[in-house]
Amino acid sequence: MTAELFLQTVVNATYAASYMALIAVGFVLIFGVMGVVNFAHGELYMAGAYVVVALYADQGFPFFVAVAAGLVFVGLLGLLMELALFRPLRDNPLGGLIASIGFLLILQTVAVLGFGVRMENVPPSTQEKITFMDGAVLTYQRLYVILAAIVLLTALWVFLRKSKFGWALRACSQDREAAALQGISINQTARIAMFIGAALAGVAGALTAPLVSPTPFMGHSVVVTAFIIIIVGGLGSLEGAVLVAILYAFVHTFVTTIYDGTLANIVGLLLMLAVLIVRPTGLFGAKERA
Amino acid sequence: MPRSEDKATFLWVLGFALLAVVLVALPHLLSFSQQEILVLLVINVLLVCSYRLLTLTGEWSLAHAVIMGVGAYASGLCAKDLGLPVPIAMVVGAATAGFLAFLLSFPLFRMKGFYFLIGSFAAGEVIRLMWKWSDLTFLFGGPKGIKRIPPMPDIFSIDFYEPVNYYYLCLIVVSISLLILYRIERSRIGLTFHAIHWQDKLAESVGVDTFRYRMLAFVISAFFAGLAGALYAHYVGAVAPNRFDVEEMVYILIWAIVGGTATFYGPIIGVIALTVLNEVILRSLGVDEMRPMLYGGILIISILFLPDGLESLLPKIKGWFAGRKERRDALADQPAE
Repeated sequence: MTAELFLQTVVNATYAASYMALIAVGFVLIFGVMGVVNFAHGELYMAGAYVVVALYADQGFPFFVAVAAGLVFVGLLGLLMELALFRPLRDNPLGGLIASIGFLLILQTVAVLGFGVRMENVPPSTQEKITFMDGAVLTYQRLYVILAAIVLLTALWVFLRKSKFGWALRACSQDREAAALQGISINQTARIAMFIGAALAGVAGALTAPLVSPTPFMGHSVVVTAFIIIIVGGLGSLEGAVLVAILYAFVHTFVTTIYDGTLANIVGLLLMLAVLIVRPTGLFGAKERA
Repeated sequence: MPRSEDKATFLWVLGFALLAVVLVALPHLLSFSQQEILVLLVINVLLVCSYRLLTLTGEWSLAHAVIMGVGAYASGLCAKDLGLPVPIAMVVGAATAGFLAFLLSFPLFRMKGFYFLIGSFAAGEVIRLMWKWSDLTFLFGGPKGIKRIPPMPDIFSIDFYEPVNYYYLCLIVVSISLLILYRIERSRIGLTFHAIHWQDKLAESVGVDTFRYRMLAFVISAFFAGLAGALYAHYVGAVAPNRFDVEEMVYILIWAIVGGTATFYGPIIGVIALTVLNEVILRSLGVDEMRPMLYGGILIISILFLPDGLESLLPKIKGWFAGRKERRDALADQPAE
C-alpha cells in the first residue's frame, strides 16, 4: 500500500466515520429515551436524501436550503413516529419495533411511488476540493459531511450536558418513572429525542445524497451498519457510538480498499460478534436494559 | 363426566376430519397460480410455527429467514453437487440448519433481549453475505444463487412437479412436523421453555440449565426452518441470497405478531390471513406497487389495536357462543326441576 493510497483511505474513512456517527448517534438517542429499536432509521436517512433529490436536483433550490429542509422534514417524520406509533406502544418495546417496520415499508413505498425504483443521480453542488501534498484528495462535498458531523455532534453533546432539556433527556434514558416523578414531562422529552434522532439521520442522508446515488432501498445497509455500531458501542452510550463509528469506518474502509466490500461487511459483523462474546453489553454499555 | 369428554373428543375428531377434507379438496378449487401460492403457504406455516418454538423461551431471533436459507442451500447443494436423493438431501439440509443453530447458540445466548435480537440479525447477515461473496461463488453461486436444483423425483409414478402433488407432499411433511412441534411444546421440555420465558432466574435457581434449553429450542426451531427451506428449494428449483434477506424475516415476524404467539394456532392464523390478504385481496385490487405500504399500514394498525394478535379474537368469539349456550341450558334446565 503506497503512502498516497494510505492517506486517501484515511480521508475516505474519516468521511465514512462522520456519516455513520450521525446515523448511529440518532439511533442510540432514540433507543435510550424511547426504549425502541427503530428499524426505520435507515429509511429516515433515505428520506433525507430524497428531500435533496426533490428540492435540489429536481427543483433547483440551493444545496444547503435543501439540506436544511431535509433536516426539518425528517425531524418532523420523527415527531410523527413518536406521536402515532411509539407513544401508544410505550409499554410494548417489541410493538415499537414492529410498528417501525410498518413505517419503514410505508416510507419505502412512498419513495418508490414518488421517484421510481431506479437510482437517482444528484449532481455535486461544488467541484472544489482539497489536495493534500501526497496527492490524496478530499472533495468539499465530503468535507461538508465531516464538518456537519463535528458541529452537530458537539452541539448535541453540549446540549445534553449543559441545558435543562439535556438533563431531562438523560434522566429519562436512565429511569423513566423516576424522571417523571421529578416533574419531567416524558412526552416532551420523547418528542425532543425523536426530533433530534431523526433529524441527524435526515441531515446525514441529505448531505450524502450527491455522493451515493439514492435509491428507495438504500436504508437497509445503513441500518445494518447502525446496528453493528451501537451493539459494539453498547446500547445507550452516545460516546461509545461515536468512537465505534470511527473505529468501524476505518476497519471497513481499509478492508474494502485492500480486499473487497463484501469481505469488509463480513469482517465488521464478525468483529461485532466477537465483541459480544467477550463483553455481551458492548464496549461502553452499562448494565443491560431489556 | 365421561359422556361430555367423549363428546369433546368426538368433536375434535370430527373437526380434524373436516379440516383434512377441506385441505385435500382445496387445491382442486383453485387456479394454477393459486395452487403455487398454496404450496408456499404450507411451507410458510411450518416456517412460522418453527419460529414460534423459539419465541416460547422469550427470545426473538432475526436470523430465522437465513436459517431457512441454510436448509435450502444445503439441501440444494447436496442434491445437485453430491447427487444425493432429494428426500435424503432434505433431511441433510434440515440437519445442517440445526447444527448451525447449535454453533451459533454459543455466541448468541450470551445475550438476551435486544442484544440477542440484533446479535442474531448480525449472525444471519454474515451467513447471507457468505453466499453473496465473490470468493465463494464456486460453492454458493454468488448473488445469483444456485439454479437448476433437482426436483423431487417421482414416487409410485406420482409426478411431484405438479403443484397439486407437491402440495400433498408438503401437507404430509408439515403436518407431521407440526405434530412433533406440538408434542414438544406440551412435554416437560416445552413447559421448561415457558418457565425460562417468564422466570428465568427462578428456573435457574431450581436447577434448570437455561442455556441448554435455549439452545435446544433454537436447534429444534432451526431444524424445522431448514426443512421448510429444503421443501422450498426443491419446489422452486433455485435459491438466491436475497430470497432470505431481512424483508423475508420481516414477513415471518409480521405473521407471528399479527397472528399472536400465545397459542399454537396463532401464527398459523396469522400466516393464512395475511397470505390471503396479500395474494388474493390486494392482488385483485391491482395495486402492486402500493402493496408494501398497505402491508405496513395493516401491520401498524394490528399492533396498535390488536396487540395480542388475531388469536385473541378467538376466545372472545368462543366466550360469546358459550355464554349463549349457558343461558339456553339454564332456560332448558329450569322447567325440569
